[in-house]
Amino acid sequence: MQIYDLIIIGAGPAGITASVYAARKKLDFLVISLDIGGQAAWSGDIENYTGYQFITGPELAQKFQEHMRKYDIVLKENEEVLELKKSGDVFLLKTNKADYQSRSVIIASGKKSKELGVTGEKEFKNRGLTYCATCDGPLFSAKNVAVIGGGNSALDAALQLEKIAKQVYIINNTSALGGDAIMRHKVEEAGNVAVFNGSQVISVVGDKFVSGIKIKDNTGVRDLTVQGVFVEIGLVPNSVFVGEVEKNSKGEIKINLRNETNIPGVFAAGDVTDVPEKQIIIAAGEGSKAALSAFRYLAINKF
Amino acid sequence: MAKSVKVYSTTTCPWCIRAKQFLKENNIEFQNIDVSGDQQAVDELMQKSGQVGVPVLDIEGEIIVGFDREKIKSALGL
Repeated sequence: MQIYDLIIIGAGPAGITASVYAARKKLDFLVISLDIGGQAAWSGDIENYTGYQFITGPELAQKFQEHMRKYDIVLKENEEVLELKKSGDVFLLKTNKADYQSRSVIIASGKKSKELGVTGEKEFKNRGLTYCATCDGPLFSAKNVAVIGGGNSALDAALQLEKIAKQVYIINNTSALGGDAIMRHKVEEAGNVAVFNGSQVISVVGDKFVSGIKIKDNTGVRDLTVQGVFVEIGLVPNSVFVGEVEKNSKGEIKINLRNETNIPGVFAAGDVTDVPEKQIIIAAGEGSKAALSAFRYLAINKF
Repeated sequence: MAKSVKVYSTTTCPWCIRAKQFLKENNIEFQNIDVSGDQQAVDELMQKSGQVGVPVLDIEGEIIVGFDREKIKSALGL
């Protein structure tokens, strides 16, 4: 079996940037990912990625992909890494489709949406309940929808939906909305957004499709009639497939300033790591660092 | 004879973009139905696929939910 210099896991901002750097260093490598663009592709409006004063998530993901194409980077898409193991000085990767070997690995697998864990969530997933306002928001024009959460991603979802839906409810389990002041202000200005603070979702109800949610606060239980439920309660790192690598209490992979993990030859970058602040531009920068570190590792070990 | 292919999509969904790109790369002609703000098209999508989400592909009556490359290939005989 072919032994690659490097395998990059993930094709979000971190993985794609790492791949561009690896291509420019002429490494023999491939990228394995479930999707392209990662969470960036699901973002609404992006106004803080230098060089683009305004770009949408899908557009930025498209730009990333064009950049990859320029270098003829080999991408295994729709493929999920299930296991990463070390054997001697070679890494063995098992995916849902094939096995691969490499001398070094960059883990840039990002994060995924956290689930609510309430009755009806699984049953009504894609039947009105969704984790992606950017994708499914436009299907709810003139409908009532609920956004669950109170941070920036919930506010972003609410601001996308406010333009589309008839009425938007924000169900936030803390006493006040979090997120950036500028976004909170926009939400307060919107005429059709109602915020329920200190409230929890108990269940999602419906027949074939979602017809409502039950929420609870310290005054009791309330039914809200909604056709759409957008879950935006945060993220969990996609790090379960690497058992041996050291992680923090959130499951984020611990890295040092050079993006090295506790396993020599395994590097990590972006939202899957314990890097402070999760931003597209930070993930991209971390990806470039990880690729340069991997290049140095390969050179020092004369692989 | 080329099969009739409909893609129910929105302009913002990443998997819709990927699905349409895939069809174009394989020189498959398709009818794009942008369901954004189109209640009738959304109803049609929900009724056909039993779910609310895009993309949905209708390949000669065979309904494929999401960008499932293998299913799309097999439905098109690629």
